[in-house]
Amino acid sequence: MTAYSQFSDLSYTTAAAIYVLAMLFVLVEQAFGRVARQRVAQRDLAKQRALVGAGAPVADGDGADATHDAAVPAAPSAGRPASGRPERFGRMGIALMVLGALLHVAALVLRGLAAGRAPWGNMYEYLMALSLVAVVTWLVLVRKYPLRHLTAFVLLPVVFLMFVGGTLYVEAGPLVPALQSYWLVIHVAAAIVASGMFLVPGVASVLYLMRTANEGNPRRFRRLAERLPGKDVLDRIAYRTSVLAFPIYTFGVFAGAIWAESAWGRFWDWDPKETVSFVAWVIYAAYLHARATAGWRGKPAAWINTAGFACIVFNFFFINLVTAGLHSYAGV
Amino acid sequence: MTTGYVNTPARRALAFARNTWRGLTSMRTALILLFLLALAALPGAMLPQYSLNTPKVDAYIAEHGWWGELLDALGFFEVYSSAWFSAIYLLLMVSIVGCLLPRFLEYYRALRAEPVLTPRNLSRLPHFRTATVDGTPEEVLARAKQRLRGWRMVERTEDGGASISAERGYLREAGNLLFHFSMLGLIVCVALGKLYGYEGQVIVHAGGGPESEFCNAGIYAYDSFEPGLRVDGTELTSFCIRVTDFTPTFLPNGQPSSFRAQVQYSAGEDLEAGRWKTHQLEVNNPLRTEGDRVYLLGHGFAPEFTVTFPDGTKRVQATQWRPADQTTFLSDGATKFDPPGITDSRERRTKQLAITGLFAPTAAFQGKVLTSAGPQLLDPAVAVDILRGDLGLESGRAQSIFSIDQDMIEQKRLKRVARENLRPGESVVLDDGTKVEFTGVKRWVSLQVSHDPAQEGVLGFAVATMIGLLMSLLIKRRRVWIRVTPASDETSGTRTVVQVGGLAKTDQAGYGEEFGAIADELLRTKEQAR
Repeated sequence: MTAYSQFSDLSYTTAAAIYVLAMLFVLVEQAFGRVARQRVAQRDLAKQRALVGAGAPVADGDGADATHDAAVPAAPSAGRPASGRPERFGRMGIALMVLGALLHVAALVLRGLAAGRAPWGNMYEYLMALSLVAVVTWLVLVRKYPLRHLTAFVLLPVVFLMFVGGTLYVEAGPLVPALQSYWLVIHVAAAIVASGMFLVPGVASVLYLMRTANEGNPRRFRRLAERLPGKDVLDRIAYRTSVLAFPIYTFGVFAGAIWAESAWGRFWDWDPKETVSFVAWVIYAAYLHARATAGWRGKPAAWINTAGFACIVFNFFFINLVTAGLHSYAGV
Repeated sequence: MTTGYVNTPARRALAFARNTWRGLTSMRTALILLFLLALAALPGAMLPQYSLNTPKVDAYIAEHGWWGELLDALGFFEVYSSAWFSAIYLLLMVSIVGCLLPRFLEYYRALRAEPVLTPRNLSRLPHFRTATVDGTPEEVLARAKQRLRGWRMVERTEDGGASISAERGYLREAGNLLFHFSMLGLIVCVALGKLYGYEGQVIVHAGGGPESEFCNAGIYAYDSFEPGLRVDGTELTSFCIRVTDFTPTFLPNGQPSSFRAQVQYSAGEDLEAGRWKTHQLEVNNPLRTEGDRVYLLGHGFAPEFTVTFPDGTKRVQATQWRPADQTTFLSDGATKFDPPGITDSRERRTKQLAITGLFAPTAAFQGKVLTSAGPQLLDPAVAVDILRGDLGLESGRAQSIFSIDQDMIEQKRLKRVARENLRPGESVVLDDGTKVEFTGVKRWVSLQVSHDPAQEGVLGFAVATMIGLLMSLLIKRRRVWIRVTPASDETSGTRTVVQVGGLAKTDQAGYGEEFGAIADELLRTKEQAR
């Protein structure tokens, strides 16, 4: 029992350390990689063009040609996945991330074996599972979209959450009677999966807003914005992940209500946790509607999604640690 | 009318109503209402609420003075029954209905309509592929129809060829409608539950005696009772329940590992016949009978005192004391006695007794101060004050069973006559010869009875909501068009130019893969198009 627990702790710490390392590797790609170089080149070009434009009003044709020229050297490497040194660092970063995720899984499984129950019965375990979901979601997305150079933006909150989880550490052990129910497996798992997935759209929306800010005023987030993918890509990531996470979240809330009915005597009682879950649900519902409403797409939608994730974070930390409600025992 | 448009008041009113309705049912309004709903719900999580914890609200108001009173007046301590919260969700419901009813009709029409005409220039669509393949146009069309089985399809002949227009994913809108109307149904069921449901709490002893029995006969049987708006307490479900035993178990570190109450209950026909069934009541395992649910909410101890009055009469009482500390179950309370054989109420009110103080299931003394080392009933002890005089029970004011009336002490009508630490079997003799003995410990459990006739409806609508949500988010509404024309440079007429165009009506739907598969299959040929 204790051996499992120790190995779990060890895997957890190692996974976190590997994530930090992976973050350094992908940062190398982010800073020096092809995408970055290309964007810097484009920016310099734009600057040049602007300068030329200021001098001579007939620079249009030249500018277009120059753009063409700039695109040509990049073209050969675009066919094959880029093979420069920074890209190699990026791929190594992802490989490290996969390794970290495997250790992360091991930490979770061992924790479950040590406690003899589903390994998400307190805040430490919850954060462990949630950060794993975020990592896996990101790995899936990286396989589908060219987003590798953005990995650091996801790993940063993940490592932060894992660190916070570490400060909330408790010994593996059995649960209080109120939590002894198969609904723990269902309800909390749904909450973890949904929250972990929502982290990704949250990050994508913040990046989206940074790009918008940069477009409005090129001096804001200058260095960052030029390394970000297009707004449409960020928006698509946010939307597609939200669309998958939202039904899971809804299911989690419903499952919680069913559990509350058999544990506390009523299915909904506006307990602080329930209330903030409801608020987050309403905000994400608004997000989905906003994306289908003229005048609300783009920036407003990104704000709403960010607010939704802020709500999820608030629900976990503030409600569990500060307010006293029926969910308090699930805490530390 | 020959005079043209006259802006009569009736028309103005009509226009106003129409514009209001349009405004209310627009998506923008719905969005704003959603934000308002989220915003309005938040204070309920940040401020104490009457429904959850009344003493905390009172403390908050006392602490914050005029600000607390202002919040109270504005309903911030009962957010979910406040007028403004209700106004928001009612408006939202109207908005949803107004938004979705027309969509119902539209959907109905769309279901009966044929897929749209094939666009003239398919290459302008977001998805487009073309190739020249073997086979006559008819053969290609037949293959396309085979491939598009399950799609709503229409074949049209055109100049020099033919085309198929196919559409799929109608269930997306059905899911959308299902989701929203189930949501409304869910809210209606919640409201019905609030009207016709009730909830009551009662404390009974665990042991099987008369004090362990509770019958759901009326409000008077409860310690506290919250009726629904249409419940007057005369038609409660009749059943009786008797708690025969309560066993908590603990881990070595004092963390509870299980609470089990053995109960017997009798409901419906059994009640008349006097038959009892058994059930093991646990925290996650309520008793469900006749549409009512009985929950195990908490437990505690009732120290039993035996008082032998100077005239030799004995009185035994075990009143529940409340756990002051949920971890160690150090409890406090007051056990009150009336002296026997005194008919004159004035005289009686000088000789009433109250035993008040602390109880510890596992005693740990720090000097003479009693604390509890753990929640298990290992070494019980009480540290009590015994007071004599007027308990104020006849004053007409409600009194807590856990405490004595402090006013009586301040008015010197109730005086302390002894202070002792007692273990079971130990006793103290007062100055008038009355003997107070700590004779044992009983356990009590607090039960909650809940009744909500609309609960199954809520569950049903929740499931429907879930299904609708999945349908509306995961099904894609998409179209595909196929145009075939005989290849012009062919003499035998056995080759056909096939154009395939596709369009997803859902934004960011990720239609590309499916379209690719369809196009691959239809354009499969030995030699690809030029």
